[in-house]
Amino acid sequence: MHLAYPAVLSALLFCVGLYGVLARRNAILVLMSVELMLNAVNLNLVAFDVWLSRTARDTLHSGQALTLFTIAVAAAEIGIGLAIVLAVYRNRGTSDIDRLRDTAEGPDGPDGEHPDTPAAEKAEATA
Amino acid sequence: MSPVPAVSLAAAPHGFLSPTGVEIAFLLVGLVTFGAALVTVTTRQLVHAALWLVVALGGLAVEYLLLTAEFIAWVQVLIYVGSVVVLLLFGLMLTKAPIGRSPDADSGNRWAALAVAVAAAGALVWVVVDAFRATWIDLDGPAAGTTAVTGQSLFRHWVLPFEALSVLLLAALVGAIVLSRKAKADAEPNTGPTSDPNAGPVTATAPAATRTTPTATPGAPTATATTPAAPPGDQEGAR
Repeated sequence: MHLAYPAVLSALLFCVGLYGVLARRNAILVLMSVELMLNAVNLNLVAFDVWLSRTARDTLHSGQALTLFTIAVAAAEIGIGLAIVLAVYRNRGTSDIDRLRDTAEGPDGPDGEHPDTPAAEKAEATA
Repeated sequence: MSPVPAVSLAAAPHGFLSPTGVEIAFLLVGLVTFGAALVTVTTRQLVHAALWLVVALGGLAVEYLLLTAEFIAWVQVLIYVGSVVVLLLFGLMLTKAPIGRSPDADSGNRWAALAVAVAAAGALVWVVVDAFRATWIDLDGPAAGTTAVTGQSLFRHWVLPFEALSVLLLAALVGAIVLSRKAKADAEPNTGPTSDPNAGPVTATAPAATRTTPTATPGAPTATATTPAAPPGDQEGAR
């Protein structure tokens, strides 16, 4: 198999995940896009591991070991990330990352959350 | 394409215009995976995004099988399709994401994001194709990624990272529990000024949960998109 097939697919999946991270507004959709990016990296690792195990007589299989580690770290990441999102949702009533700008320094100042709170409740009620 | 570099196997003549069966299968499954990933990041229905993510991750598992990495493929199916997507669906329902079409799923900077992603895709594909244009993976002979090979390399060379990974998983478990508990403890005194984010939605979703519970299939996370409408009430009660 040509090595370009998995490499190109991996690059395209990574860029799809990149678009999702940048363009999505719900925090859980952002986490899904992060999962896509991690999977793109996993595909790259597996493809290059299979290639190197034949070409360079590599018996270390670092690509597959790193893929397993990446999968485990991604599972831990999704657990922690969802716990954080749920904690934020309990405190704020929203998981919209565009509204979570407490640490932002902008023209609206640190009290920018006060006009947002009724809007969040309104969106929640319509949801 | 006649000068094959020494880094490749340089044994058999390969060609772009004569793809093997494995390449054709890889290409077809890759198209499905890529399309599912695109739908995942562009659909406006949040539950559909999670269910298309199942298709994308399952397609990647098939790609691992085509690359003879069978253990990775089954780990992918077990962990990603089995648990991560279920966690994501639980997260969507615990935050009471709208089941139907939500018009504000994409933020305002989606065109900038599209430009960045297209530029990154162009650059990456160009570089990767230019770098590996004369490189072939030899998939013949004994499989390079069977469970025996993976296990031997994992427990011969990678034992210490493997153990460290178990510690990491334990830390993640404890951290998730602590985050959940502490958030609940902090939410109690703050209910006055923030108008109690727990109380309202529970009463809002309780009739919906009781209405749709008989149609729910908790054991089938890959069911159609209409059935996961049930669990938020149950999960809210469990919390």
